[in-house]
Amino acid sequence: MTAPVPGRKKASRGLVATDLGFRLGTGLFATMLVALVVAIGFELSRQSMLTIEKFGLNFWRTEVWDPVAGQFGALPFIWGTLYSSILALIISTPIALGIAVFISELCPDWLKQPLVFLTELLAAIPSIVYGLWGIFVLVPAVRAFESSLPAVLRQLPLFSGPPVGVGMLSAALILAVMVVPFSSSVAREVLKSVPGAQREGAYALGATRFEAIRAALFYARTGIVGAVMLGFGRALGETMAVTMVIGSTPKVSLSLFAPQDTMAGVLASQFTEADTELYLSALVEIGLVLFIITLIVNSMSRLLIWSMARSERSSTPVVAAEPVEVTA
Amino acid sequence: MTSGADTPGLSAAPSGRDAHRGAAERPIKIGVTNLSFFYGDKRALHDISIDLRANVVTAFIGPSGCGKSTFLRTLNRMNDVIPKARVEGTVNIGGRDIYGADVDVVELRRRVGMVFQKSNPFPKSIFDNVAYGLRINGMVKSRSQLAGAVEKSLRGAALWDEVKDRLHDSAMALSGGQQQRLCIARALAVEPDVVLMDEPASALDPIATQRIEELIYQLKRDYTIVIVTHNMQQAARVSDTTAFFWLGKLIEVGPTATIFTSPREKLTEDYVTGRFG
Amino acid sequence: MSRTSRRKLLSAVFVGFCALSVLIALVPLAFVLFFVVSEGIQSLNVDFFRNMPKPVGESGGGMANAIVGTLMVTGLGSLFAVPIGILSGVYMSEYAGTRFAAVARFAADTLNGVPSIVIGVFAYGIAVLPFKQFSALAGGLALGIMMIPIIARTTEELLLLVPGTMREGALALGATRARAVFSVVLPSALPGIITGVVLALARIAGETAPLLFTAFSNRFFTTKLNQPVATLTVMVYTYAISPYKDWHRQAWAGALVLIFIVLVCSLLARFATRRLEGMQAR
Repeated sequence: MTAPVPGRKKASRGLVATDLGFRLGTGLFATMLVALVVAIGFELSRQSMLTIEKFGLNFWRTEVWDPVAGQFGALPFIWGTLYSSILALIISTPIALGIAVFISELCPDWLKQPLVFLTELLAAIPSIVYGLWGIFVLVPAVRAFESSLPAVLRQLPLFSGPPVGVGMLSAALILAVMVVPFSSSVAREVLKSVPGAQREGAYALGATRFEAIRAALFYARTGIVGAVMLGFGRALGETMAVTMVIGSTPKVSLSLFAPQDTMAGVLASQFTEADTELYLSALVEIGLVLFIITLIVNSMSRLLIWSMARSERSSTPVVAAEPVEVTA
Repeated sequence: MTSGADTPGLSAAPSGRDAHRGAAERPIKIGVTNLSFFYGDKRALHDISIDLRANVVTAFIGPSGCGKSTFLRTLNRMNDVIPKARVEGTVNIGGRDIYGADVDVVELRRRVGMVFQKSNPFPKSIFDNVAYGLRINGMVKSRSQLAGAVEKSLRGAALWDEVKDRLHDSAMALSGGQQQRLCIARALAVEPDVVLMDEPASALDPIATQRIEELIYQLKRDYTIVIVTHNMQQAARVSDTTAFFWLGKLIEVGPTATIFTSPREKLTEDYVTGRFG
Repeated sequence: MSRTSRRKLLSAVFVGFCALSVLIALVPLAFVLFFVVSEGIQSLNVDFFRNMPKPVGESGGGMANAIVGTLMVTGLGSLFAVPIGILSGVYMSEYAGTRFAAVARFAADTLNGVPSIVIGVFAYGIAVLPFKQFSALAGGLALGIMMIPIIARTTEELLLLVPGTMREGALALGATRARAVFSVVLPSALPGIITGVVLALARIAGETAPLLFTAFSNRFFTTKLNQPVATLTVMVYTYAISPYKDWHRQAWAGALVLIFIVLVCSLLARFATRRLEGMQAR
C-alpha cells in the first residue's frame, strides 16, 4: 500500500545528508573553539615543562627572581597580581554597583543612553592608552600624594618606602578605573532581569527608594557576585596599563608605595629578553598559572550569573496537585 | 478603625443585599473627588469621584484596559514610580489629600497596603517575608514581639496552620495560592487600614481562588478592602459595593446586588449581562 | 517619625552616592580623553602619518609603518577569525539546546576571558618558536584568536533573535536547513553581525600585549607576512617607556589615533544598531 512516491526516498535521504552535513560542518567550527582552549592549556604546559620539573611547587614559594643567576622564584608575581587585583576590586566594586544602580533604577530616561555609551567608551579605551596616561599623569599625581602624606602615617607598613609614584597604589588605581565599566555593565544586565514586581512589592509595604532597590539587589545577589568576580578576572589578566605604572620590580611588599610586579607584567617586560630555555620556561609557567587562575575565576562567575538566570526562570509559583484552570 | 457591628452568626459569604445593608452607613474611609490621571499627555482616568467606606468590600469591575487597576494604584500613590504620571483631583484619607504637599508617601503606603495580581514574594523565608515590612518600619522592638506579629499576620491570612512548622523555608517553595496568601499576610503585618487588591486570584486555580475569597470576607471585619476583578461572579460573591468602570470613567457605583440585578445605566447592564467585555 | 526621617535620609544619601559614583567614573574618562587629545594633537601632523620612525634626536619621525602594520595584523586576524566565528556562532544558535553547544559556548566565554598576554605566549609557542622569528602572521594569529569568541557570541545572540517563523517559513518551502540559515536567517542578522565584527576589530586594533612577542616590532617598512612588523600599539608602548621627550610626544599622537579609531567604530556601531532597530520595527 505504501508504494513510495517515485523519487521521494532519494530526496529525503538527500535532505538528511545535507542537514547532517550542515550540522557537522558548523559543528566543526564550534569544535575549534573548544580545541583552542585545550590547545592553549596544552601548549603552555608543554613549554613550561622544564621549570615544572625542575622547581616543582617551590617555584611559587620562592621570592627571589634572578634570571642572571638562574634563580626563578615567582612568588612576587603572584603576590603582585593578587594584591593589585584585590585592591582594585575594593575600590571599583562600590562605584561599579553605584553606577549600575543609577543607570538601571534612578536615571531619567533621556540620560540612560548617553550614560551607557559613556561607560562603554570607558571600557573601549585601549589598555596602552590608559598606560600612557598612567605614566605621565597618574604616576606624578600619586607621587605628589605620597610625598604629602604625613610622616606619622609613613611609619605604617602600608605606606612605607620612598614616594616614587610607580608602585602598587598607581597600579590598583588604574586597574580600578579599567574594571569599573566592566563589572558595572554586567551588574546592570543582572539588575534588569529582576522582575519589577519585587520592587513594587517593597514599595507597597512602605519602603523608601533605597529599601526597594535593596530588595532588588538582594534578589539579584548571586548575579551581582558573579559580575564582581568577572571584574576580578579582568583585573587579574590586565597587562599593559599595570605594567607601565607598577614599577616592574619583583618584590613582595605590603606597601602601597613599593614598586612591584604582576604575572602579566613580567611576561610583558621580560619575555623578549629570555635568552635561556630555563628562563623562557619559567615565564611560560607563569603564563600557564595565569591562564588557569583566570579560567577558574571566570568560570565560577559565569556559573553564578547563569544560576541566577535559571532560578529566576523557575521562580514562577509551584502549582500543587490541584488542576490549573483559567477562571473566566 | 471601626469594627462594624456585624451580623452575628453569619459564617458563609453573605448575599449582596444583606451585607450592604450596613455599608451605606459606614464612615467614609477614602474620599475621591474629581480624580483624573494622565500618562504624559494621554488621559487615562476621567474625573472620578467615589467614596470608599470603612469595613466594606468595594469591587471595581469593567472590561480590560478600562482603568480600574490604574485607579486602584492612585489610592496608594503607586503610580508615582511611573515617570510620566500626573494626577489631578483629590484623594482624601483621614481628612488629608494624599496628593498634597508634605504627605509622607512611605507612611501612606504602610497604611494603604496592596496585594498584586501575580504573587511576588521576596526570595527569602516565609518568616522573613512577613517580617520585612515590620523590620523596615521599625514596628517591633524585640524578637518575641516580631515572632508574635508574624504569627498574627499569618493567622489573619489563613496561612498559619499550613506553614507554622516551616516558617524558615523559602517562600518560593509554596504553591501559587499559598504565595498569594503570604503576600496578603505580608501586607497585613504592617497594620494597614485599607488593603487594595489588584485581581488577587486571577492567577490561581478555582480552589485557591475560593480560599482567597473566604479570606476577603473575613478580612473586612478589620480592614477596608478594595478589590479589582475582571470576574463578575467573584465581584458578586465577595463585595458589598461595586463600581463599574469603562474607558477610564466611573459609570456607576452602588450596592452589589443592585448593580447586578437592576443597574441604573444601560452600559452597566450591557456589561453585567455579558453583551460586551 | 524620627525613624522614618532617618530612613528617608539614608535613602537620599544612597541615591546621592549612586549619582556620585557615576561622576567619579566619568572623571578618569574625561581626564584621559583630555590629555590624549591635548597632548596628541600637537604632534599629529602629516609627517606622523607619512614618515618612518627616525633615530633619536632627529625630528619629523612618524608612525607610517606602524599604521600599516596594525592594518596588516588586524586584517590577517579577521581573515580566519570571521569565518570561524560566524560559523561556530551559527552552530551554537541552530543547535542551541544540545550539550555540545553549551560546551562550545563555555569554551567561547573562556577564550574571551583568557588574558591577551597569555594568548600572545601561546601564539609565540605555535608560530614564532618553530620558525625562529617574529612575524606579522604570528601577530595576526594572536589577534585572530582573540576575535573568534567575540564574533561567535555576537553571531549566536543575533541569530537567536531572528524569529523562528522566518526559519520555519523557509523550511516549509522545502529548503534544507543549511539553505534556510544561509539564505534567510543569516542575511537578516547580517547588519548586526557586521557591526559586531567592526566592534571586535576596534577592540583588537587597540591590543598591545599579544603583539609584544609575536609581531614584535620593526624600524623599517615592510609588508612581508613572515617578517616582524611594527604596530601602532607596540610603538606607542616602546616610545612611552623610553626616556626621549620627542618619542613621548609621538606616543601621545599614536594614542590619539587609537582613540579616534575606537571612537569612530563605537559610534558607527551605535548608529548602525539604532538604524537596524528602526528598520526591524517597521
